[in-house]
Amino acid sequence: MPVIDLAQSTKRELNAALHALTPDTPETHWSVRNPEGQHALAAGVNVPVTIEIDGHAGYYCAGMNQQATVIVHGNAGVGVAENMMSGRVHVKGDASQAAGATAHGGLLVIDGNASARCGISMKGVDIVVKGNIGPMSAFMAQAGNLVVLGDAGEALGDSLYETRIFVRGAVKSLGADCVEKELRPEHVAILTKLLAEAGVEGVSPTEFRRYGSGRTLYNFHVDNAGAY
Amino acid sequence: MCGIVGLFLKDPALEPQLGHLLAEMLVVMTGRGPDSAGFAVYGAGDADHLKITLRGPRLDEVSAALAGVATATVRDTHLVLSFPLAAEEQVRGWLALNRPDLVVTGSGSRIELYKEVGLPRQVADRFALPGMAGTHGIGHTRMATESAVTTDGAHPFSTGRDQCLVHNGSLSNHRSLRRELEREGLTFATDNDSEVAAAYISWRLREGASLTQALESGLEDLDGFYTFVIGTENGFAVMRDPISCKPAVMAETHQYVAFGSEYRALVGLPGIEQARVFEPEPARAYVWERN
Repeated sequence: MPVIDLAQSTKRELNAALHALTPDTPETHWSVRNPEGQHALAAGVNVPVTIEIDGHAGYYCAGMNQQATVIVHGNAGVGVAENMMSGRVHVKGDASQAAGATAHGGLLVIDGNASARCGISMKGVDIVVKGNIGPMSAFMAQAGNLVVLGDAGEALGDSLYETRIFVRGAVKSLGADCVEKELRPEHVAILTKLLAEAGVEGVSPTEFRRYGSGRTLYNFHVDNAGAY
Repeated sequence: MCGIVGLFLKDPALEPQLGHLLAEMLVVMTGRGPDSAGFAVYGAGDADHLKITLRGPRLDEVSAALAGVATATVRDTHLVLSFPLAAEEQVRGWLALNRPDLVVTGSGSRIELYKEVGLPRQVADRFALPGMAGTHGIGHTRMATESAVTTDGAHPFSTGRDQCLVHNGSLSNHRSLRRELEREGLTFATDNDSEVAAAYISWRLREGASLTQALESGLEDLDGFYTFVIGTENGFAVMRDPISCKPAVMAETHQYVAFGSEYRALVGLPGIEQARVFEPEPARAYVWERN
């Protein structure tokens, strides 16, 4: 297993080595030591390998990820897995702001809490947060699923498009045009699958409430012209 | 952008290392603010004495003239005068008469405040920050957005005795707030928006608010983006605006509370691997005070 010690190597050397990998690489399991909060660790990887980061990561860890599995044994800074296309990112600690921002695909699992704007403008990623999420999460979120086992902060799902939001705990407030919706069997099926993929046990999908778009902001209403 | 750091020690055994630890935190934040840097350290002092930090040229001349009244320590472009409270009028009178060109960067029983244009490493070394001892300190690396790259524009800002503030962000109502504070008798040394925030907190404290109350009322009265770290003689506080526009991460152990704009700034602290690392919530006053 390749081990990159960032006390000895630079972040650019790490990322260059990961970017040079071919899909048939035999080096499928990487370990990164002494990350010490550096930014953009394992960003832009596009091969199906596993990268374990042994400590706290800085901003944009695993950004733009495709295919890879990135595991952070610690906390992650702003924008973890931002713009992820596929693969899996697992943060064992907490995530800072804008976790999974604009991500198109893949699965982002956060064992702890995620702070403000989790899943902002998400475009198809699945995000499972085992703790709480901060204010303005799923702001302008477009597609995908945001699953929260704990509580959600203020203005959840403001100006939402079609992302499904599932919250097991309390929601401090809903943002503009975000409404609670019925949890139907197809949603229970989605939750069952995502909880299993995230390794969550002992939690029933029926403990969640579903929130989604009220779809009243899709089109301009002339009645609202006075507001502009 | 800007980087801010703060370190509040609970364990007196770390006090001799305060300057060293703070300097390392500051240097890591160079990328966030390479044009100027500054810091305040709460070191030795007592209630019967006053310390004034001054900035300007020909400081040895001041030391010599006030030799019988004040103890003087020159560090590069800054001078700290320490003297009995009873001599305050005499010292300030001499300064006003003979050296009105000197800028007072801070005063109080324990605060010393240094700032300069230049890379954080250079600034820390010029003032020999790594050798300073103290109970707490705050620092700032600046990337100027709202005013020019000058020493006056560097942080921290001190607008009350033993009080100082560093700011990452920008305020949009600082002009109107400045006028209100001027009516309340506060004075300003610069055109900087962050100085207005510092003065606002000083004004609230002067009016009897606790540090927590002062920060909470700031949520109503300060319009803009901010993460503040604030020092008082015995206290250390952190506050973020309601949408947490600017980054912040904190670490707490039985030995200290530390703040950084990024986690990277905290990695050199002792026992950081076991620290409780957390992100301060928006619109919530975090205050630590020692008895």
